[in-house]
Amino acid sequence: MSTFRFAVNVTPKPGILDPQGRAVEGSLGHLGIVGVSEVRVGRRVELSVDAVDEPAARAVVQRLAAELLSNPLIEAYGIELLGGTSSTATAGASEAGSR
Amino acid sequence: MTVRIGVVVFPGSNCDRDTARGLTVAGAEPVELWHEQASLDGVAAVVLPGGFAYGDYLRAGVIARFSPVMRAVADFAREGGLVLGICNGFQVLAEAGLVPGALLRNRSLRFLGRDVSIAAERLDTSFTSALGERRALRLPIAHGEGCYYADQDTLDALERDGQVLFRYVAPDGTPAGDDPRHNPNGSLRAIAGVSNAAGNVAGLMPHPERASEAVLGSEDGLGILRSLVESAARRTRGERPVEVGAR
Repeated sequence: MSTFRFAVNVTPKPGILDPQGRAVEGSLGHLGIVGVSEVRVGRRVELSVDAVDEPAARAVVQRLAAELLSNPLIEAYGIELLGGTSSTATAGASEAGSR
Repeated sequence: MTVRIGVVVFPGSNCDRDTARGLTVAGAEPVELWHEQASLDGVAAVVLPGGFAYGDYLRAGVIARFSPVMRAVADFAREGGLVLGICNGFQVLAEAGLVPGALLRNRSLRFLGRDVSIAAERLDTSFTSALGERRALRLPIAHGEGCYYADQDTLDALERDGQVLFRYVAPDGTPAGDDPRHNPNGSLRAIAGVSNAAGNVAGLMPHPERASEAVLGSEDGLGILRSLVESAARRTRGERPVEVGAR
């Protein structure tokens, strides 16, 4: 068994109104920042998984992300491998897992 | 015989006693159902009350969805049992996929605690049959995530199939549209309450139990609770349910 550290990034799907993102965008003028647009505010969940190998660990994260951490009607998610004790794990590897 | 209606109590529910009281006023015997129990104690219908189940962590309603009692509620709903979700209870039902759509953060980003007006779209459902007439009902809201969302195809299907139960309206009953004075949270098509396709599971954001007797300032919500109680009683007597899935 090895331990793998993942991050799951959950963001509002394209087209879903994101009032938080809009509020952040609206504040940029007060900072004198220009040229920033399309701000979307999401959520990042980091977690460790014990599994025999990385694919097995990723499968657990995949299920967790799809069933609990995101609501498929309104949110997309991406899974990011942060590191692992196993030699097969590559720190910083990431994958666009939106659906 | 008085019909027994379950009121689910999650950690963080805070309208369970008000809901039990409202159901009593509406003629039922309320039965508390603890979130850890896997049985519904033979109740004739279930209400998921308002509050902040499991602290509303992650997303409102999502953690509650996985509690033992919700598995029993899902089975009960699948068998045609009547289930009403109020406010946080609506969020739980939406997260569980028992009613269509999702409740997003209010467009204003503010938690809103005030009175709004809603009107029933139809009076031939288990949740509206005792309302008598279509008129504006003045009910309190208290939520941070009440902006009803579903994609355009789903919204069209909901309207076509008569699954929109309540919409926000102006106090005179005219459509609220996107006017934030009357559609408080920015709900698409001003939807305040929906049902599933079969018509036996419904959710709404406003609180009928907080407007269920004169001492609370309004009895406008009593008709909704009474509809549920009478429909549950009819079912207990083996009569044909009121609701029709599609118009």
